[in-house]
Amino acid sequence: MQFFTDTHYNIVDKRKMGYILSGTLILLSIISLILHGGPKYNIDFTGGALIQLKFDKEVSIQDIRSAISSIGMNEAEIKHFGAPNEVAIRVGAEFDLETVSHNIEEAIRKAMPDNAFEEQRTEKVGPKVGHELIIDAFLAIFWSMILILFYIMWRFEFRFSIGAIVALVHDVTITIGLFSLLEIEISAPIIAAVLTIVGYSLNDTIVVYDRIRENLKSSSKRTGNITEIVNRSINETLSRTIMTSSTTLFVVIILYFFGGEVLRTFALALIIGIIIGTYSSIFIASPIVIDWKFKKA
Amino acid sequence: MKKNTTTRLAIILFVFAVAIYLLYPTISLSMMSEKELTEFQNSDPDSYNALKSKAISLGLDLQGGMHVVLEVDLKELLDKLAKNKNPEFVQALDEAVKETKGSDADLIATFNEKLKAKGMNIARYYGSSERREESEVLQYLYTQSEEAVTRSLEILRNRVDQFGVSEPTIQKQGSSRIIVELAGVTNPKRVRQLIGKTALLEFKLLKSPEVTSNVAIKINKFIASKITPGDTTASDKKEKKDSTSTALEELFSVNDSDSAVSGATAAGDTSKALFEENLFFQDPRDRSTLLVPADKENKFKRIISLPEVKKIIAEEAGNAEFLWGSKKVANGEYLQVYLVNKKQELSGEYIVDARPQNGSPNDPSSMGKFEVSLTFSDEGAKVFARVTGANIQKRLAIILDERVVLAPTLQAKITSGRARITGMDTFESAKDLSIVLKAGALPAPVRIIEERTVGPSLGHDSIIAGSYSALLGLIVVMLFMILYYKGSGFIADMALMLNIVFIMAVMASLGATLTLPGIAGIILTIGMAVDANVLIFERVREELRKGKTIRASLDQGYGKAFITILDANVTTFIAGLVLYTYGTGPIKGFAVTLMIGIAASMFTAIFVSRVIFNLFLDNTKVTKLSI
Repeated sequence: MQFFTDTHYNIVDKRKMGYILSGTLILLSIISLILHGGPKYNIDFTGGALIQLKFDKEVSIQDIRSAISSIGMNEAEIKHFGAPNEVAIRVGAEFDLETVSHNIEEAIRKAMPDNAFEEQRTEKVGPKVGHELIIDAFLAIFWSMILILFYIMWRFEFRFSIGAIVALVHDVTITIGLFSLLEIEISAPIIAAVLTIVGYSLNDTIVVYDRIRENLKSSSKRTGNITEIVNRSINETLSRTIMTSSTTLFVVIILYFFGGEVLRTFALALIIGIIIGTYSSIFIASPIVIDWKFKKA
Repeated sequence: MKKNTTTRLAIILFVFAVAIYLLYPTISLSMMSEKELTEFQNSDPDSYNALKSKAISLGLDLQGGMHVVLEVDLKELLDKLAKNKNPEFVQALDEAVKETKGSDADLIATFNEKLKAKGMNIARYYGSSERREESEVLQYLYTQSEEAVTRSLEILRNRVDQFGVSEPTIQKQGSSRIIVELAGVTNPKRVRQLIGKTALLEFKLLKSPEVTSNVAIKINKFIASKITPGDTTASDKKEKKDSTSTALEELFSVNDSDSAVSGATAAGDTSKALFEENLFFQDPRDRSTLLVPADKENKFKRIISLPEVKKIIAEEAGNAEFLWGSKKVANGEYLQVYLVNKKQELSGEYIVDARPQNGSPNDPSSMGKFEVSLTFSDEGAKVFARVTGANIQKRLAIILDERVVLAPTLQAKITSGRARITGMDTFESAKDLSIVLKAGALPAPVRIIEERTVGPSLGHDSIIAGSYSALLGLIVVMLFMILYYKGSGFIADMALMLNIVFIMAVMASLGATLTLPGIAGIILTIGMAVDANVLIFERVREELRKGKTIRASLDQGYGKAFITILDANVTTFIAGLVLYTYGTGPIKGFAVTLMIGIAASMFTAIFVSRVIFNLFLDNTKVTKLSI
């Protein structure tokens, strides 16, 4: 069985369409981010407490809300988590970390004496810790980009690393934009997912770059122009790109459906990232190598 | 070529054998049912722990447990240390706390600024005859804050046993934080109480070497009598069963009746295994100390809590008890045990100050060594004078939370309220001791700034969901590979399975922890590991299309794809490395599996799959490559 072998799609000539599509997506992402007031951080970053409870019977969000508003937690965010008898309650960092979960549980126990529950998970993060985590996350993304930039510069050429970094910024911006559109919270694992996307998208980009480098070498006497070489390289690696992306996508989709509630958003982030990463390595990273060259010349 | 293949095959088999050896503890533990596990744990806790420490450990998110980050409460510390407090002090401190809240700003420095703005000198509150300058006072405050962290760390380490957790983690993070991780502990209240409890520093008299010797000999005789077969009658056995169960309860402070019952049956069934020779012996250099091999700790605990042994202690040593030393000796292979009077001679509250210093050059015994100088309060000085006067040449054990830190010999009657503990080999050990000695006088104010608990049922669900999707993902990918690349796909599948074995083996050998994001990392690796083989196979297909021979196509395919695979994997590895550096907890776990996965897949997808191809080519006449 073989797909996408010996293809001759003229991707490079249509790269303007790619640029327009990506430009639009990035613009939409930025608009969405502005409208939502920046990315939505979870308690890992903002500080606060998250308490996940599993009740014996189904429980309504309204009941929980009225139970804990009696102790002054009107602002709490209450959601069902996975099942109708499980809820996640989130409160801000203004409450005392050491007693917050105890107070919430007491209030609910009082309000619903006939519906017993058990504590599934509690997370309490002080505001200072969250603040540091934001700094660390940005440093992580920053340093990985710098290091990768230098690696590609060393292994390839400068314009290649520009293409790779533009593609990366593209991937990260659109992924975070989509998160804000879908109202997914940025948590510490989501940062890990974003960095994995960075690595993954690069993986794809480098495979194409490698082929461009190889084809450039073999056509040393400028038999083909760079546009033709880039287009040929994309086509030659297309079969691999699609094969790898689909296997990886498969496992991540499985993770999304069967990996459990805790990993669900993490898997979703990866699904979005893999699709965007694959697209960008074909339509953004490689065409930029051509256009950068033209500008210079 | 053929010889080459054999060598390579040997390398693979060797690596595989090592991997299986490393995975043996993990496999054998995971094969046991829950019931078998508890039985094993109760009958032979030491070898259970040994096996467990070599197996891949599950993160708190998978087995349930608590993760707590503590931070020294600088405000409270500043408040406690200050003398001559006035309204300006209170105001400045409040303002400084408000200003530094939620940021990285330095509270001590900000506080100093605020005081200056109010026309106050920080030395007014913290100065002494030795420190008058502002810089000296600030230095003193920074040192105090650091010592508070170290002290809390020591106190927590000391208490960890009480949690009954198999592998607790207590580590310092940065300059003012402590991370405590307790697997399987689901009662946050109890942990909070233990963490928050003020440290108990006591001084008790050590029994003389002769008494300790006698007790040791008698206990050994008792053990020997139990080993001799035929003297355990049924009633005897029953009696022992009951007593051991209560003793266990005391020791591990097990509260729920379930584990107490299982402990009782296990103890009854294995009473023979409990008694063995050479369970302990006297330290030849210090005959008041018994040494117990570290892996026999639990056995020894049980033995000394038997009523027969308690009777021996009471007869030979009076109102005395065995206490553990706070540190392991001889490369961590032995634990120290001391026989001490139950009566407390002096408590830590009487200590005003303790500081490390160099040994006096005038005293030949302390020259070149280090010591701790102690200052007692006025009342403490009186008590100390009485204790030292009555017990010259006896040894006084310094006990922190029921563990003996040190047992120096009392040289003379000390009436001045100032004492020296001499003879330490390094300045560090003197410093550590001085920090511990201040535990009674200055409780370290620590506060919980982060706390995460995962209930055991959620953890259990996560393991099932995680492994289920990993298995499903693996099967789908493997089928896909066979469908697309036929025979070659099968070879890639073999490499993939080996890859997973290697990832697990490396994790076991590094003592890495498997977390939920870690499982996600492995699942992602499954998807990405086949990438190398996809790259190779696509290249081989290209070469075959050009009309090259099978062997030439394989050579070219592997050769050309290698560069690509290397570049692609190095960049992903860089991302993993950065994640590892900046990430905490679960993110670190994800990064570790990702990096191990990349390294392992380089080996399996390139080296192993090639050897399998060669094996086929060498041994059969292949006319058409199934790819």
